[in-house]
Amino acid sequence: MTALAERTVGIFGAGKSGVAIARRALDAGYGVAVATSGPAWRTDLVTRVLTPGVRAVDAAELASVAPIVVLAVPLRRLRELPLSTLAGRIVVDIMNYWEPTDGVLPDFASRAHASSLIVRAALPASARLVKTFNHIGYHEMEQLARPSGTVGRVALGVAGDDLDAVATIARFVDDLGFDPVSTGTLADSHCLQPGSPLFGADMEPAAFREALSQLASREVPA
Amino acid sequence: MEIGAFTFADIAVRGGVRPPQRIPELIEEIVLADEVGLDVFGIGEHHHPGFSAPAPPVILAAAAARTHRIRLTSAVTVLSSDDPVRVFEQFTALDLVSQGRAEAMVGRGALLDSFRLFGHDLQDYDALFDEKLDLLIRLRGDEPVTWQGRFRPPLDEEVILPRPVQTPLPVWVAVGGSPNSVIRAAAHGLPMVLGTVGGVAAQFAPLADLYRQALDHYDKPAQPVSMTLHGFVADTSQKAADVYFPADAELFNTAGASRGIAGMTAEHMAAKNGPGSTYAVGSPQAVIDKLLHHHEVIGHQRTMLQLAVGPLPHADIMRAIELLGTEVAPVVRAEIARREGGGDSATGVGAR
Repeated sequence: MTALAERTVGIFGAGKSGVAIARRALDAGYGVAVATSGPAWRTDLVTRVLTPGVRAVDAAELASVAPIVVLAVPLRRLRELPLSTLAGRIVVDIMNYWEPTDGVLPDFASRAHASSLIVRAALPASARLVKTFNHIGYHEMEQLARPSGTVGRVALGVAGDDLDAVATIARFVDDLGFDPVSTGTLADSHCLQPGSPLFGADMEPAAFREALSQLASREVPA
Repeated sequence: MEIGAFTFADIAVRGGVRPPQRIPELIEEIVLADEVGLDVFGIGEHHHPGFSAPAPPVILAAAAARTHRIRLTSAVTVLSSDDPVRVFEQFTALDLVSQGRAEAMVGRGALLDSFRLFGHDLQDYDALFDEKLDLLIRLRGDEPVTWQGRFRPPLDEEVILPRPVQTPLPVWVAVGGSPNSVIRAAAHGLPMVLGTVGGVAAQFAPLADLYRQALDHYDKPAQPVSMTLHGFVADTSQKAADVYFPADAELFNTAGASRGIAGMTAEHMAAKNGPGSTYAVGSPQAVIDKLLHHHEVIGHQRTMLQLAVGPLPHADIMRAIELLGTEVAPVVRAEIARREGGGDSATGVGAR
């Protein structure tokens, strides 16, 4: 891929969060492509008005134009995506299992596993999944983004099993205006889910790390 | 620009008053809003222990009997889990009591307690709203309605009587920032309410543009846009912050607890009130400046402040309504009329 293509991010979904990520990524100088499940005219209208500069592409093509692909659809729509095209890609899971808004999804409902583990199991084995951006509201994604080094910048947790992919997405989080904090593996990404004290809390890095370590100590058996 | 207020008739779980006290207080607040010249007052339907208005038209009708000019609206009616025929009948009754001041603001609902209560499946979230909105729009028309759908029995040449005073009964579609919801409102040719609970006005401006362009796409005439926001007015900005932010945090925590969102503090809420934000909490001048900024960016025709939140005391709500009506609204209306270089006709909510 050319240098420009390497700075391209693909986004499945043009809802509230997908649009917010697209706008932040455009501001940060990334190329952005978006695919939706809707008719082409609607995707074209939405991208032209809400995210000028974003390229609307077919869902089947998205992964071929971007090395980083963001999943920004409701979790219940996950299996409608062309997941087989994500082989070898860095995939960013910004979704949540949220019964109050999604209803009960049987494979996520037991909560024995972090939701990202179930997402990973639905992807090709070579896809490198990273979870982040799921625990900040879409309003705040645009309101609280700050340049690197700004005092009081908000932290975002980054979880993943592939350290290179985590490092790449940590840079992406930083470029989009937040301090990335590694929270460990996907198996441990409960800490970023609804119900965690980190979820929706918009903390600065020191407070975020403190809350994270308190969570970790709580999980050690007595 | 029309300016109004709305509430969910909050009865904060901690430290708040109970419904037999809160509902009469709320009616006094609507009476005052009418007296000080606010344009519209709204009550939001929730089926949740933190809020005491699962049936807004009933409370609005009590207020209608004691007011003269103010428009009375739900904010919102959860149409997805209701029967459009009953919704039309209830708002027709409100329109008859108020002599033509009723409006229905319909939405899909942010808290989904009504889905459980009335036995609807969240998998049908979009389909329920689309079908019921389609029927509600037909019921407003003059023609007998023959209709069938998935979620209620068919209608054969039905005319719902009595008819409302207003033709048609005003129906607004409330959206929460989802582009597809904006396009849906435009597809139906209905006026749109842009609901905000944070963020900056500039991020919502493109949604208003999207709505206008989508109306063009569907060959629908221009429609007004309304914006709802969290806001409060007190004699000083310090007083407004001291009163509103802790109460607003309690509203968020009441609504957010079941969604697993971490506890909010007054400081979190204060951070939402920064420059350019949708929040408008402060002195009359601070709120004037904020509402004018919103209008400059979004170009909307109506603004509604969610000022009675959480355990906020009745006396402070009354003062906020008085200041909003007497000090904020006249200045905002005049300044917008001046900027638009015409009289009131340029800023009023024309199409309904």
